[in-house]
Amino acid sequence: MSLFWITAILLIGVLVPVVTERFGRTVNTLFTMLAPAIALAYIISLVPAVLAGEVIVEYLEWIPSMGLTLSMHLDGLALMFALLILGIGLLIILYARYYLSAKEASGRFFAYLILFMTAMLSIVLSNNVLQMWMAWEVTSISSFLLISFWSSKSESRKGARMALTVTGAGGLALLAGLLLIADIVGSYELSVILASGDLITQHALYPVALILVLLGAFTKSAQFPFHFWLPHAMAAPTPVSAYLHSATMVKAGIFLLARMYPVLSGTEMWFLIVSMTGLITLLLGAYVALFKHDLKGLLAYSTVSHLGLITLLLGLDTKLAAVAALFHIMNHAVFKASLFMAAGIIDHESGTRDMRKLNGLWRFMPYTATLAMVAAASMAGVPLFNGFLSKEMFLAETIHSSALGYVSWIIPVLATLAGIFAVAYSMRFIHDVFFNGDPIDLPKTPHEPPRYMKVPIEILVALCLLVGIFPNIMVGDLLAAAASSVLGTEELPYYSLAIWHGFNLPLLMSAIAISGGLIVYAYRNHLYRFQAQFREADEKLIFEGVVQTVVGWATKAHDGLSNGSLQRYVSALLIFTIIITAVPLINLATETTFRPDQAVSGIEITAAIILCLSAIATVIYHRKRMVALITLSVVGLIVSVAFARFSAPDLALTQLAVEVVTVILLMLALFFLPQKTPAESSPSRVVRDVGIAAAIGGIVATINYAFITQPVDSIAEFFLANSKTGGGGTNAVNVILVDFRGLDTLGEILVLGVAALGIFKLLARVRLAIPSANENGLAWSQDRHPPILAMISQSLLPLALLVSFYIFLRGHNMPGGGFIAGLITSVALIQQYIAHGVDWVKPRIKVDYQTLIALGVLIATLTGIGSWFFGRPFMTTWFDYFDIPFIGEIELASALVFDLGVYLTVVGATLLILANLGKLTSVHRPIAEE
Amino acid sequence: METLYVICVGVMTFCGVFLCLRGRTFSVVVGLTMLSYAVNLFLFSSGRLSLDGAAILGMAEEYADPLPQALTLTAIVIGFAMIAFVVILAIRARADLGNDFVDGRDPPDSDKLVKPNRGKA
Repeated sequence: MSLFWITAILLIGVLVPVVTERFGRTVNTLFTMLAPAIALAYIISLVPAVLAGEVIVEYLEWIPSMGLTLSMHLDGLALMFALLILGIGLLIILYARYYLSAKEASGRFFAYLILFMTAMLSIVLSNNVLQMWMAWEVTSISSFLLISFWSSKSESRKGARMALTVTGAGGLALLAGLLLIADIVGSYELSVILASGDLITQHALYPVALILVLLGAFTKSAQFPFHFWLPHAMAAPTPVSAYLHSATMVKAGIFLLARMYPVLSGTEMWFLIVSMTGLITLLLGAYVALFKHDLKGLLAYSTVSHLGLITLLLGLDTKLAAVAALFHIMNHAVFKASLFMAAGIIDHESGTRDMRKLNGLWRFMPYTATLAMVAAASMAGVPLFNGFLSKEMFLAETIHSSALGYVSWIIPVLATLAGIFAVAYSMRFIHDVFFNGDPIDLPKTPHEPPRYMKVPIEILVALCLLVGIFPNIMVGDLLAAAASSVLGTEELPYYSLAIWHGFNLPLLMSAIAISGGLIVYAYRNHLYRFQAQFREADEKLIFEGVVQTVVGWATKAHDGLSNGSLQRYVSALLIFTIIITAVPLINLATETTFRPDQAVSGIEITAAIILCLSAIATVIYHRKRMVALITLSVVGLIVSVAFARFSAPDLALTQLAVEVVTVILLMLALFFLPQKTPAESSPSRVVRDVGIAAAIGGIVATINYAFITQPVDSIAEFFLANSKTGGGGTNAVNVILVDFRGLDTLGEILVLGVAALGIFKLLARVRLAIPSANENGLAWSQDRHPPILAMISQSLLPLALLVSFYIFLRGHNMPGGGFIAGLITSVALIQQYIAHGVDWVKPRIKVDYQTLIALGVLIATLTGIGSWFFGRPFMTTWFDYFDIPFIGEIELASALVFDLGVYLTVVGATLLILANLGKLTSVHRPIAEE
Repeated sequence: METLYVICVGVMTFCGVFLCLRGRTFSVVVGLTMLSYAVNLFLFSSGRLSLDGAAILGMAEEYADPLPQALTLTAIVIGFAMIAFVVILAIRARADLGNDFVDGRDPPDSDKLVKPNRGKA
């Protein structure tokens, strides 16, 4: 088996609860537990190897050329987290079976939960930072789904959205940070990154990368000032809170800190930021927790506080602190999960979580109360429980720390203060709920929960005790393995996991914390009264306010830029183009040497003058549309003459044929569009547009001049040398089209075909008003199809087809080919449409143009595929010479067949466009101008 | 000759861009056509200007660069497809919206802001 199977099995496990939901809650639960149980069993089978110091690494090549590899690894740290995630996850599933009512969609719930579990496990097992980040994002999304499970409640939706926004934004920062680190190191592999600590910390971009990664970690693990989302996430069903806020989700941030510890820590900046953030969060969480009347609210702030404690430990500059942090991660997960579950039972069986109503529950549920008391004692750091051990280590490390220089003494003092509050709120959790008088207005009469609902808590509480009393036997090896992977060394600093270390300072601090906590709790009413003077800020309102403000800015910016006017967008785009091209152009002139101009003859000057005059005339007369069209066609003709002049006969032929088709098309279009354009541009608008157009024209001309006066360094030699020998034709342009760059041409005829089909659809069922007279009010001629034109066109058709056939055949060796021949055929056929009308042509040309396009593309593709049958790559040309009687030696090339495909597509597309537009003139009878 | 050539390209670009900025669809179609001429000439000239050098083997001493020619040839045909599509789109817009403004509504060319929520109007 491989580590990849863990995620694979769990991913399959996501579907299991959905499928088995119909068999009832118990069966559903048991099947849901199957996938995590298999994964856990597999992980446990690897425990001996990992504890022996082995790091299991596995790769799955994905796109190796881009350095993208899926890779997994299992070291001590990953093992510790994997055990917590899967172990507590299984208990949560069992617990949720009893927590959720029969009416609730337990299949959906379990599916989200397993998805979340998969993502969380993928974070800890990833050996690739991108892969880890992906999983990180999936935890944000799946936790959103879990928190908003009761989506009918407004607070669920708001809490989930807040959690997603905060952790999602942090995720983006994390991505940036990880990319920076990967860029510094040159690899996405975590194993490579972990080995390059010095390279990263000494890099100039280290502060940026550190802050980005810390932003990701702090948002996820609810560190100040991002802690506010966690209490609001308490709107989730309690099993979700128990899972997300003990062993997973918030611990992902801590995991990231621990994972990156060998690489990012060790600098002044790390110690300062991480320890201060942790310290503030620790204090703030502990203080606020005392004032929460909601049972889960208290636990939420206590979680914030404990996360701060772990963060603070990771930010202290001693190696032992990191060990203590890992130990506390385990302990906190265990006691916090059991406390949440106990809170869930109380809520479930009494109908409220308000501690002002919950009193004296001991009489109703003594067994649950005992379990909760043990867990709460562990949370407070009372001896004999696991929380005491790690807290003791924590206090010891705060004393040894010198992270803050001369004021480092403030850390142990504040830590003790936080300890006092921790004892006070733990005390409140026990005393206020289980003793302290009688319950007030409970919606239900409380009683003990179902037997198996208590099992998960029993297991966890047993762990609290066992770890608390026999720490070394229970978790000694696991902790050592995890610590060595965080510290990046086999040699761990000396520490002893024991309850009794003799009378020392940490013990005194613990004693102060416990006695102080009891005193604070006893006089809590004074504190409540003091605290009541402050107006409590509602984070939800502040958060919504910030979100609304940002959305407001975004809307304003959007509306300012995008007002629905395409004209405006075009000008904005052009102005932007001018700005970004201007700067390089200014430098261009000084850097280059120009080749002298070639001599100019009178013909060229004349042609240029005609071209420029007609182009400008098109602009001047653009409101008289017919005139503009005529001057435009003059420009097109001169362009084709220019092609002919500058040694491009193929282009000249193509341009000529396209010119004819375009002008016919535009004239047809003009029939359906208004004949004149009213003058509507304001003078300032015209001046602005002339400015923009002149700038763009100037830039284009400058760039063009800059490169055509440079010496040529072209790959043309290759084509000229291989055109005859490799492609079998002497017309290099055509050989490039059908052979060297045949795939491009295939793409182009496809585009042509798609454009024609798009036009076909656009013209379907179009409702057009056809003018009854021209722009001057003259009615159209009644003689729709003059006989002379009809006769000449008809007799010209065979000749035109013959010419196009000739052009097609000779294309490989002389100017011509499929494109040009296709256009000539089209013009010849359009001529028939013009002369005789659609009604006359339709019964005579029984070809369906869509079929023609499809056939053309098919022939071209099949010709390309044909070379596969001869073991050659796609589109390899074959050619040979044959001696045919009466004709002589002739060359036959497979490129000719490909060119036939091009020909058919061009004919089909052109005629599909024009014939369909033309057809509209006959379908509708002339209607009055609108 | 190069200077003359780029002047022509520049003038055509100028005319094309100016027409593209007009408010009526037909002007924009004419502008696009003009612009595509300019672009084709621009692309073509990347093979430099040479006289009497058609890239047909055995027909000249020094050949013109065939590659830009091949690219421009397909560009011309694709350009035609694009112009055809735009012009049919203009016809369709006229049929569906009842006017031939680029922005699809009155007044297209004033400096007054057009409200973004046009669907509701």
